[in-house]
Amino acid sequence: MKSLVASIRLVIVTMLICVAGYTALILGFAQIVTPDTAEGSLIKDKDGKIVGSHLIAQSFTSAVYFWPRPSAVGYNAAGAGGSNKSPTSSDIADRVRTNTIPQYGATAEKPLPADLAAASGGGLDPHITERAAMYQAERVAKARGIPLSQVEALVKNQAFSPGGALTPDRLVNVLELNLALDRK
Amino acid sequence: MNAILFVALIVGGTALLSWPLGRYMKWAMDPTPTPGSLAGKFDRLFHFFGGRFTGESQNWKQYIVSMLIFNVLMFAVSFGFMALQQHLPLNPDGQKAIEGSLIFNTAASFTSNTNLQHYSGESAMSYLSQLCALMWLQFVSAATGIAALAAMARGLAGKKQMGNFFLDLQRATFLILLPIAIIVALLMVLGGMPMTLAGAAHATTLEGIEQVIARGPVAAFLAIKQLGTNGGGFFGPNCTQPFENPTFWTNILATVSIILIPMACVWMFGRIVGRMRHATVVFAVMLVFLLGKITGAVWFEQAPTQAFTNLPIEQNVGNLEGKELRFGTSAGPLWAVLTTSTSNGSVNAMHDSLNPMTGLMPMIGMWLNATFGGVGVGMINMFIYIVLAVFVAGMMVGRTPELFGRRIEAFEVKLAVIALFAHSFFILGGTAIFAATPWGQNTLNNTGAHGFSEMLYEFSSASANNGSGFEGLGDNTVPWNVATGIVMLLARFIPIILPLAIAGSLAAKKPTAQSTGTLGVEDGTFGVMLIATIVFIGALTFFPVAALGPIAEHLQFMR
Repeated sequence: MKSLVASIRLVIVTMLICVAGYTALILGFAQIVTPDTAEGSLIKDKDGKIVGSHLIAQSFTSAVYFWPRPSAVGYNAAGAGGSNKSPTSSDIADRVRTNTIPQYGATAEKPLPADLAAASGGGLDPHITERAAMYQAERVAKARGIPLSQVEALVKNQAFSPGGALTPDRLVNVLELNLALDRK
Repeated sequence: MNAILFVALIVGGTALLSWPLGRYMKWAMDPTPTPGSLAGKFDRLFHFFGGRFTGESQNWKQYIVSMLIFNVLMFAVSFGFMALQQHLPLNPDGQKAIEGSLIFNTAASFTSNTNLQHYSGESAMSYLSQLCALMWLQFVSAATGIAALAAMARGLAGKKQMGNFFLDLQRATFLILLPIAIIVALLMVLGGMPMTLAGAAHATTLEGIEQVIARGPVAAFLAIKQLGTNGGGFFGPNCTQPFENPTFWTNILATVSIILIPMACVWMFGRIVGRMRHATVVFAVMLVFLLGKITGAVWFEQAPTQAFTNLPIEQNVGNLEGKELRFGTSAGPLWAVLTTSTSNGSVNAMHDSLNPMTGLMPMIGMWLNATFGGVGVGMINMFIYIVLAVFVAGMMVGRTPELFGRRIEAFEVKLAVIALFAHSFFILGGTAIFAATPWGQNTLNNTGAHGFSEMLYEFSSASANNGSGFEGLGDNTVPWNVATGIVMLLARFIPIILPLAIAGSLAAKKPTAQSTGTLGVEDGTFGVMLIATIVFIGALTFFPVAALGPIAEHLQFMR
């Protein structure tokens, strides 16, 4: 009985401090210090309409844009998920053979960078490797009718190392790259 | 080379941090009472919060009863919030009612510090459910574990009165978990993580498609989820979702947060018992297992995605299926091992899509469940192995099996064996039943050996109170919800109650003086003995299922 009374008191106290107080503290800090990222790093166009988030991949299929990594959930940012297929699964081989390879026109002479064939963990990975962007540069340049060198320069300009010296592979953010292309 | 540096920095750095934290945790959980000290003032505050009862000291039985009553209430309150969420506020995305068996499974899962999730946060839970049911349990279930460890340590120090559960619970919550969670959450906010109560954002993409972007109070949730070995994601795919882990640097901080408190728990245990040399041996043994599993995982994950063989795809990088690029190449397998060595269960890569032998490493972590382990309970699990190692070693060399000056006898060994047996029974029995019936067979996302691994992983995760999964498994069914729900609850409380009973029984015995006939537990020899005990018990119990699952898949497919 004493335990039950103490339990009830502690449910109330921990709720007030660890849920209400703690959440309010972090929320207040975030909304004041980093309001943009706190709301989801949203990107707005000049009319103030939301076009996406820096952190979230979106679908691109047009030849004039760079394409992101495959998504097992169709870039559904309200229901993220991976393929959950074993890397030994023939389902992955079938998926790549029927969708990815024809999509990019990959050949044995010009093999596709692996990140463009492997589905990301949450299906919303906003990045591709710099190699994967360079792989697509020719298609984008042709579709836009602009010199290849210009597109490649843009990719180089956008590429970054996410962990500095700890990560030698350079990445580009697909949505930011495509926005930069549109601004050209 | 990069992988070695990356692993060394994270594991080594956290091990260093755990030392001062362990010291602090001893001060917080087991203060030496001096009038007017800060710890005394906190205790007075906690007496005020919990009532006069928090001042009474309890023996092991009373302590367990209080713990169970509070945990029943935890289950009930969270159940209520989830069952009523469609009628309650803070539901900007209009989440609907949740099915009954799923509520049971989720309440059991978060009460038992497991955080196995048969739902996706962004499409099933209102913000109120996320905060008042799930995040709340992430604090108090973790605090329950730390409290239990403190009580057990006091018993092993020879005290029959093991403290007061309600006092310990508050110390663990308010002095340990809350301050560290605030620091981590604020750093995550600065790292770009969302923290908002606004509902999903509606975007129109550059190609004119409507994209609904779920968000929420992620930073607050993430911090305690990582620190309290909870692991339940705000979003379905956990820390692979960019909002739940935006950058390389947030990933490092989240990785450190997984093992920080479990490591410090070993030092806290040593300080309360007053056996720091013993704690050092135990820490070293845990580190050996941890590094072994990390080496295996990082090594096997360097093989490229096997399905790409003979296709026009570059084979020069490791397996990228189910991984996010921003974390770097070794981050996935490292996290996979840490999150399953501790009973965390969050993921930053989909474990279902790990290479077969990489996927075995998390399973080994959950089978042994004592490589630092869950906050508080990891060290308690290791204590079970210590009791057995002392007993077996004593038998082998013909010395009296003694631990901290008290004899280990049939009663203690029986309880330790029951605790170990329960764990393997839940995993092997559960997997056998589901593998033989449509309950399991109809829920698989992969065929053959990997399909078996999906079921094996699910029961391992439930019984180890881990919470990660081979998420392809279609586990939101009534049989899965009920079976894993029951396993999680039993596997939570049996390995807390039995070790506390052992400690209580030891504390009641007359201490014997240390003699030349005493088997030492504070040197390298004992460390080797402990490693051997764990390896033999683990291998004898689980090698057959490992051979049927990941090892069979590896031999069949990997070239």
